[in-house]
Amino acid sequence: MDELHDLNTMPVPSELRNNIFITTIDRFVSYIYNWGRKRSVWPMMFGLACCAIEMICAAASRFDIARFGSELMRPSPRQADLMIVSGTVTKKMVPQIVRLYNQMSEPKYVISMGACATGGGPFKEGYNVVSGIDKFIPVDVYVPGCPPRPEALLHGLLKLYEKIERQSVRSVPWYQRGESEAIPVPILGPDLIDPRRLPEIRARLGELQAQQGSSPESSL
Amino acid sequence: MIYGIGILKGLGVTLKHFIESYIEDVRYLFEGGRYQPRHLPARQGPRARGIFTVQYPKEKLPLPENFRYIPFLVYDTQENKIKCTSCGICAKVCPPQCIWIVRGTDPSTGRPRPEPEAFYIDATICMSCGFCAEFCPFDAIKMDHDYELSSYERYESLLFDLPRLLKPDTYHAQIHPSDWARELAEKEAEKAKKREKAAARA
Amino acid sequence: MTAPAKAKAAPLAELKGDLAVLKEKFGDAVQPAEYEGVVIANGVLVEAARFIRDELGYQYLSSLTAVDYIQEGYFEVVYHAYRLEGGGPLVFKARTPRGVATIPSLVSVWPGADFQEREAWDLMGIRFAGHPNLKRILLWEGFHGHPLRKDWKEPYYEEEHKPFSSRWPSGHHIRAEDRVFWHDNVQYPLDWDPDQAEDTSDEWLYIGMGQFARAETGERVEPKSLRTERLVVNMGPQHPSTHGVFRMVVTLDGETIVRLEPVMGYLHRNHEKIGERNMYLQNMPYTDRLDYICSMSNNLGYAIAVEKLLGIKPPERAEYLRVIMAEFTRIVNHLWAIGFLLNDLGAFFTPALYAIEERELILDLFEEAAGSRMMCNYMRFGGVAYDVSDDWIARAKELVYNRLPRAIEELDRYLTHNELIQSRCQGVGVLPPDLAVAYSTAGPVLRASGIPYDVRRAEPYSIYDRFDFDVAVRYNGDVYDRYLIRIDEMWQSLRILRQALEQIPRGEIQAGKKQYMMRVPAGQAYGRVENPKGELGFYLVSDGSPNPYRYHIRAPSFINLTALNEMCKGHKVADVVVILGSIDIVLGEVDR
Repeated sequence: MDELHDLNTMPVPSELRNNIFITTIDRFVSYIYNWGRKRSVWPMMFGLACCAIEMICAAASRFDIARFGSELMRPSPRQADLMIVSGTVTKKMVPQIVRLYNQMSEPKYVISMGACATGGGPFKEGYNVVSGIDKFIPVDVYVPGCPPRPEALLHGLLKLYEKIERQSVRSVPWYQRGESEAIPVPILGPDLIDPRRLPEIRARLGELQAQQGSSPESSL
Repeated sequence: MIYGIGILKGLGVTLKHFIESYIEDVRYLFEGGRYQPRHLPARQGPRARGIFTVQYPKEKLPLPENFRYIPFLVYDTQENKIKCTSCGICAKVCPPQCIWIVRGTDPSTGRPRPEPEAFYIDATICMSCGFCAEFCPFDAIKMDHDYELSSYERYESLLFDLPRLLKPDTYHAQIHPSDWARELAEKEAEKAKKREKAAARA
Repeated sequence: MTAPAKAKAAPLAELKGDLAVLKEKFGDAVQPAEYEGVVIANGVLVEAARFIRDELGYQYLSSLTAVDYIQEGYFEVVYHAYRLEGGGPLVFKARTPRGVATIPSLVSVWPGADFQEREAWDLMGIRFAGHPNLKRILLWEGFHGHPLRKDWKEPYYEEEHKPFSSRWPSGHHIRAEDRVFWHDNVQYPLDWDPDQAEDTSDEWLYIGMGQFARAETGERVEPKSLRTERLVVNMGPQHPSTHGVFRMVVTLDGETIVRLEPVMGYLHRNHEKIGERNMYLQNMPYTDRLDYICSMSNNLGYAIAVEKLLGIKPPERAEYLRVIMAEFTRIVNHLWAIGFLLNDLGAFFTPALYAIEERELILDLFEEAAGSRMMCNYMRFGGVAYDVSDDWIARAKELVYNRLPRAIEELDRYLTHNELIQSRCQGVGVLPPDLAVAYSTAGPVLRASGIPYDVRRAEPYSIYDRFDFDVAVRYNGDVYDRYLIRIDEMWQSLRILRQALEQIPRGEIQAGKKQYMMRVPAGQAYGRVENPKGELGFYLVSDGSPNPYRYHIRAPSFINLTALNEMCKGHKVADVVVILGSIDIVLGEVDR
């Protein structure tokens, strides 16, 4: 029964799929819907490192993020729409970040603020640093800079508005059927372990062990 | 002491701030409104009172000349060449090692040529420290003032290659006026020296 | 693979002063060390430490750190102890072969050694025999290896020292991910079984907490009175008011705190490992990111440590500029700390907004002078990076004479006599003076407990001996006094600023030529400054190459946290956040 209502599997001739009428309604609804949504993006009160200080400055009186409807920093991920990953993501912290992201209710967006969250930044070579939060959670807008000025963060927020404006009610993932899948939380073992890569790691380690079983000291 | 006097005094401070902002508004009313561009320095200076907000993106704080964000390479518009000689000092001094330079070679002789063949700056690593600009002996790399670099993607758009990094020296002169004046003066002095030498030889 | 050849100096020929007394007392167990200090045999280390503290009067253990001398085959633990009356350090060291790697713990003599020893165990793999709680502190339990050992390599390892040869002249861009086996910043030991992949770090943490057991010994302690339920509450690392990614695990009896364990490392960015690969100058912008609210004074501390090795002195104008920047930083930090202390008390954001507004004005000055609001990177060895204009000085004077005194006065009027603040802060989180010293706390936390110890006075650096100022001190050692002392210190900073801005001479700002790669004479140096948060120290070991052999940071926030458990015991859970706020930590510095 469900299949019959799914637009993607419905036996509709392809020329009728982009029905003008539906598209217009969809655009109108999306416009209203997105207009409301983009004016009240509530960020999560969540700071990691140096960039968090500039994020607080963006929320303070000089740069005043309230002008964009984003002054309500929610300490609870359940009430937040936007996660600003502001600072260096370390291996020890990344399980918590993924857990917080999973706890956020949809629609949810992520701004990666600063060089560190974007790609590891100046600390990329360090042994406890994740080279970019996008290895674990999807990022919508990257703001480079070390640290980005508060204006640069606001610019990133405006970029996010543009992205929200372009979303259509019909295609957004949170109105699709079924639950959205949670991202598996990374594990802290001898090093950071991405559970999605466990089979690969198991296979390759087995291979390597078989190859050089004589020297268990070495590591890769 | 009556309990609560301290609280009331404290609340007086917030009330003062509240009223002050309106007094300022009225004062600005006679000067064409608070958001006139000419009022920006006063509104953001040490004597600022009342509302302190900068209406970004409609108005922007003036950036000091020293301000640094991500480096760019200066293109000499008079001599039509890249100023960089690919000496590699910036790549050596860069603390997070985010600069990659391929030194140019002369195709006919195969010897190094003082121009970079490729130049990369990884903006996802750059820590905006400004050492590259500070230690460049040719004034070829400078720190940019453009901070509006947000993007939806990081692998292509935040890896700056040579075409992306090059900016004309007119732009450099515009954002770093006193640095540019120093460069011009040095150039003049060098020219004068050469002329003197030539005159002495003749 | 191996460390570069180390030019080792001959041990000091004869010992002077207190070192001679020490030698006389312990005989052959005390041997002179290279460059400075003595090496004490492990057998008498605890006894000697007690003698140093009680008889010689070096009550304050400032820094404890370890160095891996891989070629000589031993680890060296270096202790710097100071007298509270001021003066230089007594440096003593202990050595252990790399294979054994065990040294007696000094926690029984100086409780402030607790976290520092745990850090040395975590990063260097030195066991401290007799330490009550020797667990990893910055990394997690189960991490493979001890990263600061010279033979340990991280996944993205490229070369022993910077600059890397791959960047020039044929620097074809390649991401670090594409160079390594797993295409990510990870490495797994070959004998590890992926089927065992589960996170045990929390289990380790909770061992001994919440039960009627003493974590130190595992012995069961039966309650004398009525048996009540004990709860373990976890706060952080994501918590609205933990000042960054800081985590506390609290054991509660009802609502009263029985024990609190700080858990950190969520922002451990490997400063020291990266710092040992960098050239000396390249570490300067990294120090900005330690205590990211006070980058200017971090720069100053590092510059002073390296200048000690280089033996150079900056010109007058540069010295004045350094002091001006450092004191402005102190005001910035204390404004921020007070604003956010009020956040923690529940006065959400208004006091912080007022504080941030003043801070922004000072940041404008920093930005004009140094180029960045927060990451100033302003000091150089033997000077400062840029000169300031007369207009800058005029604006700074405007702030110092006009704006800031009014702002501080207003903050004072706004908060100090507020009865709610008083009832929340007075008598909360008390740290008695003897404990404050024993726990090696520094800065406002130490001075609020009645110990007038300020590095600017105790061992003057830069040109602080020229200025007329008082060391602020308060005597109750509670949260309220720690708040008041920050107001006092801002007034003193303004005093110094007034003098400095009036006296600043014209002239050079850099001694000699600015160099990016210089050889630093072999030696050891401990440079310390009075940061807004406390005593910031840099311990450097140079082997004569352009890169430091060892680069250690004595972070005041990190060591001040040692006393957190002591301050929180017996208080209600709601007070924890306030007490933490009154210590004023910054995670960039705690975890480094």
